[in-house]
Amino acid sequence: MMIYPAVHYTMGGVWVDYNLMTSIPGCYAIGEANFSDHGAIRLGASALMQGLADGYFVLPYTIGDYLANDIRTGPINTESPEFEQAENEVRTQIDQLINNNGKNSVDSYHRKLGKIMWDKCGMSRNEKGLKEAIAEIKALREDFYKNVNIPGKAEEFNEQLAKAGRVADFLELGELFAKDALERTESCGGHFREESQTPEGEALRDDEAFTFVSAWEYKGEPSAAELHKEDLNYEEIEVKTRSYK
Amino acid sequence: MNLTLKVWRQANADAQGTLETYPIENVSPDMSFLEMMDVLNEQLMGKGIDPIAFDHDCREGICGMCSMYINGEAHGPDRLVTTCQLHMRKFKDGDTITIEPFRANAFPVVKDLAVDRSAFDRIQHAGGFVSVNTSGNTQDANAIPIDKHDADKAFDAATCIGCGACVASCKNASAMLFVSAKVSQYALLPQGKVEATDRVLNMVKQMDEEGFGNCTNTGACEVECPKGISLENIARMNREYLSASLKG
Repeated sequence: MMIYPAVHYTMGGVWVDYNLMTSIPGCYAIGEANFSDHGAIRLGASALMQGLADGYFVLPYTIGDYLANDIRTGPINTESPEFEQAENEVRTQIDQLINNNGKNSVDSYHRKLGKIMWDKCGMSRNEKGLKEAIAEIKALREDFYKNVNIPGKAEEFNEQLAKAGRVADFLELGELFAKDALERTESCGGHFREESQTPEGEALRDDEAFTFVSAWEYKGEPSAAELHKEDLNYEEIEVKTRSYK
Repeated sequence: MNLTLKVWRQANADAQGTLETYPIENVSPDMSFLEMMDVLNEQLMGKGIDPIAFDHDCREGICGMCSMYINGEAHGPDRLVTTCQLHMRKFKDGDTITIEPFRANAFPVVKDLAVDRSAFDRIQHAGGFVSVNTSGNTQDANAIPIDKHDADKAFDAATCIGCGACVASCKNASAMLFVSAKVSQYALLPQGKVEATDRVLNMVKQMDEEGFGNCTNTGACEVECPKGISLENIARMNREYLSASLKG
């Protein structure tokens, strides 16, 4: 049996407030979809913690409370410019994908993206690799929209089309991961930045510069994402280096 | 491994379906069944053939999306696993594998191997929930003492992922194992007692309306269930149903 360390979880997630509501009013992100509990590292065996903690201790007090006030709102009219704009954007993307007579399958892009992330934005990363990853993902995304091939029609049950929509999102999110990793020049939690290590080769944090959560605001292209820093204030504990020695 | 696959192809719910034969070569025994299907689809698309539609999502046996009736068994020949966790090492080089959708009137084929299991959602909507107040001062779930044995049995019932293997395996296409797991999960807990009468009556009513068959205690469902849901739940649901019917 061959054993090797592998990424099986990605830290972070959708930004939420203390009630687990996203920046969209009424849209909650629950469990591991949100960023809130685990920080820069998620220890093994605490995998279910976020789902349980959110579902057991937070949501009974927040989501029901929100719905109680909103339940009288009734059905929301879809004849609004915002709805039409959103609908048009989705339709345009679907039409573009389905009519794109490219040569490469959706899976081939998913695999290429996975390889870039694995090699250059994994547990151990450095500035050079991350800069390459950003450029490669950008190029891959452009290639995806030019050369992806999706068989079938948009109006039928079309697995490849559904997958293409997801991979299109991954191609944006992957670049944002790399951008975030590039800017955080310290080693922290599950992320080992090769330039930031002790003489013994252990992870070295930079608390002066990076005691904050990076919340990235969507602005279209990942390169245009805007950083919001949320300071981490520790009142009851002293911030230390965890040592396994 | 070199295999011959006989796969059910059906363009949509109204179309006539047929078994198509596809050879596949160099299959690794370490692949999961769904990875093998991915490779086949990649090959089919290369030849300009429409890829085979099949349901899947988490690929770690917890979401209940994957289905497939493989060589006459829901989720294939292995026990206590879903199709995504079935490995090709369970088959032999040169095997012919027949792959069909889950078959039941209440699970119409959407396309190829993907079936519409929304009947299960409607059964859940009919009663598979507990109501909570929305005042924001909900009682803390941990504050209600629950007998360890009841908690364990409720949890066992709650491990049902709603995949529908029980329906596909049953000669009557009965959904009793699924519905009874969902009824039991709440019937055993104090939180579920308040709505217990309505719950079992409404869920069974919806189950019948969806066109699922009845239970004749064959037990095929329990054998094929990837989560090992026990027939004991069906007995419990029948008791719940009887007592609810008497109460009206």
